[in-house]
Order: sequence, then structure tokens, then C-alpha cells
Amino acid sequence: MSAKQTLMGHRGLDREEKLIFEMGAEGRSGVDLPATELNEDCLGAAGRRGRIGLPGLSEPQVVRHFVRLSRKNYAIDNGFYPLGSCTMKHNPRLNEKLARLPGLGDLHPLQPQSTVQGALELIDVLAHWLKTITGMPAVAMSPAAGAHGELCGVMAIRAAHEAAGETRSTILVPESAHGTNPATAAMCGFKVVAIPATDQGLVDLSAFEALLNDDVAGMMLTNPNTCGLFEPDIKRMADMLHEAGGYFYCDGANLNAILGRTRPGDLGVDAMHINLHKTFSTPHGGGGPGSGPVVFSEALAPFAPVPWVVCEGEGVYRLIEHVNGEADKSFGRLKSFHGQMGMFIRALAYMMSHGADGLRQVAEDAVLNANYILANLKDVMSQAFPGTCMHEALFTDEFLKGTGVTTLDIAKALIDEGIHPMTVYFPLVVHGAMLIEPTETETREELDEFIAIMRHLVERAKAGDEQMFHDAPELTPRRRLDETAAARKPVLTYAELEAAQ
Amino acid sequence: MSVLKFSEDHEWVAVEGDIATVGISEYAQSQLGDIVFVELPEVGKQLAQGDEAAVVESVKAASEVYTPVSGEVTEVNTELEDNAALVNESPMIKGWFFKMRLSDPKELEGLMDESAYEAYVEGLD
Repeated sequence: MSAKQTLMGHRGLDREEKLIFEMGAEGRSGVDLPATELNEDCLGAAGRRGRIGLPGLSEPQVVRHFVRLSRKNYAIDNGFYPLGSCTMKHNPRLNEKLARLPGLGDLHPLQPQSTVQGALELIDVLAHWLKTITGMPAVAMSPAAGAHGELCGVMAIRAAHEAAGETRSTILVPESAHGTNPATAAMCGFKVVAIPATDQGLVDLSAFEALLNDDVAGMMLTNPNTCGLFEPDIKRMADMLHEAGGYFYCDGANLNAILGRTRPGDLGVDAMHINLHKTFSTPHGGGGPGSGPVVFSEALAPFAPVPWVVCEGEGVYRLIEHVNGEADKSFGRLKSFHGQMGMFIRALAYMMSHGADGLRQVAEDAVLNANYILANLKDVMSQAFPGTCMHEALFTDEFLKGTGVTTLDIAKALIDEGIHPMTVYFPLVVHGAMLIEPTETETREELDEFIAIMRHLVERAKAGDEQMFHDAPELTPRRRLDETAAARKPVLTYAELEAAQ
Repeated sequence: MSVLKFSEDHEWVAVEGDIATVGISEYAQSQLGDIVFVELPEVGKQLAQGDEAAVVESVKAASEVYTPVSGEVTEVNTELEDNAALVNESPMIKGWFFKMRLSDPKELEGLMDESAYEAYVEGLD
């Protein structure tokens, strides 16, 4: 980037942006409200005595501020976003169009059920698709996202054991699991026991068997796993776990790889969350909100959280909202209202516009794209595990040995090259891991460009161009951030403010 | 006489009399990268060999620290709470994690001495 200095720090038409609280002037406002007729003293001693520090801004100032910020953002709408295990796929505009239909967009969750029959039907139809796709008999629609879905699933497992009068205290989690899996189990009061991985990146079956006993409440496993590999022994593990009286929670983060090809219900899964914001193309990462419905097996279905929708005949739908009657075993409520309705609309639009055959092709193309990247990079990078992968390609930092360049440096250099970095240093079982998930929505040209950039960076690293990597990123509004200092001495306020009174 | 031993999980233990001081090795700190947070055990806690005793968090990942020997925690290095970087700067001296009163000194025999540990680390790279 040119070292040229400008008076205000703006660069070309890319302006240096202040925080919104550092802008504006006292008393300025974008709206003109009529004078209040309320008695100002009605709050008495409870009235506010201090300033609350809201900035005084005109409408154009606010519009420009957020438009400029949006230009600094990088999103799936800007370009390739190969963040592994995140399924950053294109969000079709058709989804947005349908979510903005007045009959759906203007709904309020407190409307009487008789006035929202169409919305309840939509939830019920989406639930039907989710149950059909996964081969599971029940689904809880309310969880807000993946980790919330995990909480939902493990609470149902705990409720099922409690109902059976059992006290089991451990949950088995493979070493390569998403960090949220052990966190969820611990949050529900379970002791987490790690299942070791084999050198093929799979769960060690004999180690798993040795860990099974009557204290095991369940297992949490991702399939395909975080190494991008399908666990071939999954059904056997599920059977062994059930034999020992445990329940099988499957982390559905990687459902995109098996959509329409494998039904989790056939693999012995008892509960699994589905990230609508990954697999079913609703906005993800900053744009959310997420949505994480949880499908349940027959054994866990009675313990699912309220609310759920029941169809009481042609076109007549009812919400079950309380823990009694037909929901008397439910473990309760996880969320106010009924779930992320806006995401339900988008996910169903995606499903219905693809159809069953289209969804199956989603998985096929996602796996094909990942293997295309793997095949075109494995001669210069070091593939973590032999063979083909599922929806994501995993590399170790072995190929960087002796270059002085690290996985982090590669990630930073990718930013200068115009690509959002892949997932780095995860899964933990792989040294200096680089996890690349292209998804099915990228074109051949986009993949070829990424491959060319990666090959170029590897060449530069191997040619001894260490400094270029340590200096990266050089072309961004800010240079490399000091992540260590940010973690050790975080500064969480932009200025010292007096506490509000 | 003091004894210095290492575990396969890259903890070191230095023993003076019946008090053992535990930390992580130079190799461990270099693999973890910049350490930003250390969670220490409570004083008085009874730990059995191999139990999870502490957690270190680096910019890359959070990892458990296992106690290489059994005993009761007698003291923790409170300086690490404000300055976790000591583990990177001085893993073997200022960056110690906790001290414990050994309950089974025989366990030390199953651990590696410095040269055996160096050979072990050599084999990992």
C-alpha cells in the first residue's frame, strides 16, 4: 500500500472512519419530535440525572457512517469465504424476497394463533422437511443457533436419564470435536471424557469401547467430523452406546456434506441440531441471526422443549406452549416465542426451490468442490489424512517446515491476495491446521483463482520470502493486529465514561 | 537434593523434599504460542497423577495441564493471573504453575529425566 500520507488519514475515497460516539454534536438530531405533553416530573427521584452519551447526528451522517463501515466489511456477498466447518454458502435472493412478503414480514409473535395459521403451517412444513431429510421423527424448532441446539439436545438427554431414574455423569466427546461440544456437556453438569483419534483422523473405536460404562450419559460426535472425514464406524458406535444405555448427540454442523445422501436417523442418532444458517443458506456471520432446530429420535422426542406446532386437521394448526398434557415430559422452554421465524421462511424457500433432487446435488457439489481443491493443492501442501475428503479439505503446516512461515502468516497473506482466510489451527488434533470449505456455490473459476493464489503463496514461502508473510496484511485499512496483546490486555471501552445514574 | 522430571504431556516437575513444583516445558510453550490466560487449581485441592490441574489458553487454543504426580496443592503462582506471558518467557523458572505435597514419590520413577525428555521431543518433530 502506498505510504503517502493524507491530511485526515483518508485513502482515496476509502475514508478513515471514526466511532459513531466520536461523531456529531450536542443537540443535533435526525428526527423532529413534537414537544411532549407529559409531566416531566412524573418519574420523581427515579428520573435520569446523568447523560446517557448518545451521539447527536443528522440522518446523512448516520447513513454515511454505516454505508462506509459496510464497505470495510468482508462478506459472502463480496467474495470467496472458505472458512472451514462454517459452510459460508451464497444466500439466495429468492429467500430474501419471500421473507419480505408483508404477510410474513409483518407478523408479531403475540398475534392470536387464529390470525397466523399460515405462519404456523410454514413452521410445520419446514419441520416436515427437516424430519424427512434426517430420518428423525421429531424436531424442536426454537433453538437459536448451533450451540443453543447442542444445549437443547444435551438437556433432553439429561431429562431422559432423569425420567428413567438414572444418574449418569459423563459425556464422551472426540478429541477433534468443535469446542462447543465439551462446553455444552460441561454446562449441563456432565464430566467430559475425550475419545482419542486414530492417525487416520477418525474416532479410535477400541478406545471408545473401553470408555463405555454405565456412567456414560451420551456421546457428542460430528459427522462428517472436523477433519472433513466420514466416520465409517458411526453406526457401530451408536449401537454400542445404546447398548450401554447412552444417547447419541450428533453435531449437525457438517450436514451439508451428506444432505440427501445419508439420514442421521439411520445412523442411530438420538438428537442433532441443524444449522439453517449453514446448510440451508440463511445469513451467517454477522448478518444472522442463526437458527438451530434439533431433530430427535423416538426415545428423546417426549423430552423436547416447547413450543411445537401440531396440525389438527386440514389447514388448522395449534401451538403447544406449556409443559402439561401432551407435553408433560418436555424439559421446558429454551427461548421466548417460537424460534427464528425469518430464518424458517428463508430455509424453506431454499429447500422448496431446490427440491429433494437439488438438495442431494448440493451435497454432491460441495464434496466435489472440496476434493477439487484438495487434488489441486496436495502436491505442494501437506494433506492431513490420506484419501478423499468430504466437504472440506484439511492440511497441516508440515510443508512450511523450515520456511519461517506459519499457518497464521499464510492466513494473513491470503487477505492481501483478496481472499478471506480459511479456518486455522482447528481441529486441534492437526498441527498448524488449515481447514478449507469451499461449499457448492463457488464456480470453477473462483476455485481455480483460489488454488492459483495458494500455490503462489506456497511458492513464495518455499523461496524464502519470509518477510512478505510476516508483514502481511499490508493492503488492509489496518496492518496485522496484535492478537496477543488484545487477549492479554483487552481494552473494552473506547473512552473512560462516567457510569449512568 | 532436587529432582527434575518430565511427563509425556510436556509438564515438568521439580522436587525438593516432599514439595513438587509443576510447570510446562519449553517445548510446550513454544508449541502453544503466546499464552494469554492461565487457570490454576485451588490451594488444598487433592490431585491424582494425570488429573486435569490447570488450563492454559494461547492465541491458538486452550489446553489442559495434567499433574504429573499425585498430591495436595500447597501453593499456586498467582503472578500468572496478571502476567501469563511469564510462561512463554521463563517456562522452567518464573512461569511455574503450582506446588504440591507429594503423596507418592514413587510416581517420579515413571517419568522421564531431562535427557530422556529431550530425546522424546526430538522424536516428535
